[in-house]
Amino acid sequence: MKINIALAQIDTKLGVVEANLEKHLVYAKQAKGADLVIFPELSLTGYVLQDLVPSVRARPSADDPVFKQLLRASKDIDMLVGFVEEDQRHRFFNSAAYLSKGEVLHVHRKVYLPTYGMFDEGRFFAWGDSVRAFDTPYGRVGVAICEDFWHASPPYLLWLDGADLLYFISVSPGRGLNGDDALESARWVEHVGQAYASLFTSFVANVNRVGFEDGLNFWGGATAYDPNGELIAKGPYHEEALTIAELDLDELHRTRARLPLLRDERTALVQRELGRILDERGRAL
Amino acid sequence: MHNIDLNINPTLARKILTGFIRTEITRHGFQRAVLGVSGGIDSTLCLYLAAEALGPENVLALRLPYKTSSKESLEHAQIAIDATGVPSKTIDITPMVEPLFEQFPDMDPLRRGNVMARQRMIIWYDQSEVFDALPLGTGNKTEILLGYSTIYGDSAYALNPNGDLYKTQIRQLAAAMGVPQVIIDKPPSADLWAGQTDEGELGFTYEEVDKLLYLLVDRRYTAEECVAAGFKRPFVEGVIERVRRNHFKRIMPPIAKVSNRTVGYDFLYLRDWGT
Repeated sequence: MKINIALAQIDTKLGVVEANLEKHLVYAKQAKGADLVIFPELSLTGYVLQDLVPSVRARPSADDPVFKQLLRASKDIDMLVGFVEEDQRHRFFNSAAYLSKGEVLHVHRKVYLPTYGMFDEGRFFAWGDSVRAFDTPYGRVGVAICEDFWHASPPYLLWLDGADLLYFISVSPGRGLNGDDALESARWVEHVGQAYASLFTSFVANVNRVGFEDGLNFWGGATAYDPNGELIAKGPYHEEALTIAELDLDELHRTRARLPLLRDERTALVQRELGRILDERGRAL
Repeated sequence: MHNIDLNINPTLARKILTGFIRTEITRHGFQRAVLGVSGGIDSTLCLYLAAEALGPENVLALRLPYKTSSKESLEHAQIAIDATGVPSKTIDITPMVEPLFEQFPDMDPLRRGNVMARQRMIIWYDQSEVFDALPLGTGNKTEILLGYSTIYGDSAYALNPNGDLYKTQIRQLAAAMGVPQVIIDKPPSADLWAGQTDEGELGFTYEEVDKLLYLLVDRRYTAEECVAAGFKRPFVEGVIERVRRNHFKRIMPPIAKVSNRTVGYDFLYLRDWGT
């Protein structure tokens, strides 16, 4: 079985949800024919929201004015979108929702909120507290948002939870300009995406946004890797683009016949040793 | 000394910096930029970037000489203006600053230089109204870190494409963009008084200090580690102190907090809010 996923590396307007929603609908139309269109982290709101967070929130349900329109569009194509989620008790999350055929199949709340250096997410968002894979019409999926995949545990847990398709979304500020053809931040993200595809013999797609917010640039460069860690598709740097990647899902069968890393994974050992380590070292780890 | 590579990919730098200028001007409803062009490398590079980002017709270059400004500076600025094809104005600041100098005959060159830098800023902002443009800053990372600028003079602008490139990187990018060699090769000078050069005034070369700043700032080396890397201790300590002492030029001045929500502390929005 082959599926086509469309990697929509868009620019967004900071805090202007209606304009960003409009762009999602345009890109979803453009991607028609593909099975899924993936948007970047916080694609409905922009990234450095700071005190804008409470005013750009949405609830991923049909009675929300923003999601109502997205859910309608998802009847033609599956969508993965980034947004600010407000829960019933008014906590705000950096979330991603997977929409399919008018339904919300899954919401992932970012588990790791970078709060150091140029990042300040922990100041404005509550952290998510679960990592779950979920079924879609096109295979079992795991979603991670930017910093989530800089920690090995969320992709690892998603893999063990049955995800063969890892969809990573990010807003990566461009930095590390040196003599190379790509920014250091681009190369870092490409390295880890390729590494997860290889280590987990799974498909990995990453969609990162483009554009500027004040002095920050975002470099785009969407990528998709097959279960061998080979690059399938790559979007341009620093420009809006819709990049189609064809995923031959039968490659999972072929790769895992050659390289049974999933079969040989010693989960009981991991659990035992992790239990021991946490017992011995407590939370000081 | 360790091999410290400040080399940048000029194609990538050009793409990011022209994108920055275009985006950060147009998203606020403007199409145009205005900048002072001194004939030095920083403002020339900025002029080339702006002309490429916005189209030359949308960039106004201002030559703002004082009577002692070097003829060469003015000529070099004209070469850059001609090469980019931007509109320009030449406005002599002498009759504007002279009355103030006359009131304080003992004014030293530093004060006079600051007055001139601030007078130029007044003209940039005034012309930005006339030209319906935003003023571009041209100071580089070396200058910003060392505080080698006049606060509310050349440090005042709406946006700055150069400010995260060290002087040596400015030279590399300028060469790649075709800035005339004569402008790249001449000794950098604020030209606030005759014979002034940056490196003479600072007491070290940009090439030396850029490498040190790169280790201190970008690579987070300690002073001890910089000494171990081959820099002389007094040089390292002097530069660290200079960076610290001039930090006030790099931040918004503090506001005394008395309310529950205060600009700068807990009223937090990017400038691009809503765009």
